[in-house]
Amino acid sequence: MSEMPRFQAGDRVRVRRASPPGHVRTPWYIRGHSGAIERLCGAFANPEELAYRRSGLPAQPLYRVRFRQAEIWPDYRGQPEDSIEIEIYQHWLEPAEQAP
Amino acid sequence: MTIDHHDHEHGHDHGHDHEDNHGHHHPTLPDEAGGLSQYQVMEIAVRELLIEKGVFGAADVRRAIEAMDGRHAGLGASFVARAWVDPAFKARALADGSAAARELGLEIGPTRLIVVENTQSLHNLVVCTLCSCYPRMLLGLPPDWYKSRAYRSRAVHEPRAVLAEFGTPIAEDVELRVHDSTADMRYLVMPLRPAGTEALDEAALAALVTRDSMIGVALAETP
Repeated sequence: MSEMPRFQAGDRVRVRRASPPGHVRTPWYIRGHSGAIERLCGAFANPEELAYRRSGLPAQPLYRVRFRQAEIWPDYRGQPEDSIEIEIYQHWLEPAEQAP
Repeated sequence: MTIDHHDHEHGHDHGHDHEDNHGHHHPTLPDEAGGLSQYQVMEIAVRELLIEKGVFGAADVRRAIEAMDGRHAGLGASFVARAWVDPAFKARALADGSAAARELGLEIGPTRLIVVENTQSLHNLVVCTLCSCYPRMLLGLPPDWYKSRAYRSRAVHEPRAVLAEFGTPIAEDVELRVHDSTADMRYLVMPLRPAGTEALDEAALAALVTRDSMIGVALAETP
């Protein structure tokens, strides 16, 4: 029992800016930022439900999303190409407009 | 259990008298600093209940801990060395790390392994900002610094400065890619094979692959 994947590699996505209580595995620093899907990792029981002894089903598609460091940290000291990749569950992602 | 601090003789005789001739007191640490945390108490209580109910025995717990402690970075090093000498295996490792590890007989359980390859133009670094996710099945237990708040926060925010402090400055024309291991995947860095190693066999190559090089805070050793 899994949610259908909504995104594929290369799609631009934005991480929802939300702050629900509980066991959330979307790091704070990445919320509200846009990146590109690197790959679909499969579907996994939702840890936000598992942490409270619920089934976590339907399983959530899990993606690796690639972001540009310079877009995340205003004071980033590195190269423009430097990147960060994070695993994010589908319910934390929404479509974003294509990069200019 | 209570610790009796009054009754035992200190075993460290440094050849001087602490009280009279030394002039000052050394600070002391209690034998049991702070007592048990809530989670330690809970672990002991649950473990004792499970043993009492016959779910498993105390020796099973000991064996499981021994097996966990027995894993070490040499397992990951053998994996990397095989990939260095066998391009077909390397391709399979990059496509499906877990399947490639099982192919070598490495017991990785349900771990979903992603292998990320360093190249002349890309350097990879692994961190878990939320806790301490780490490919224990191939590297053993994570080092203390990997779990520290400083590493976990700085590795994403100023990774080049962190790498410089590890003695691993990254050239400006190399992309630095940080992998924040936040969910169900585990990451192993495949370091660059050092120059001048063409004549080495697989075992000699594995000796160059350190734990830190597979986390990404170092390069492979040179022979």
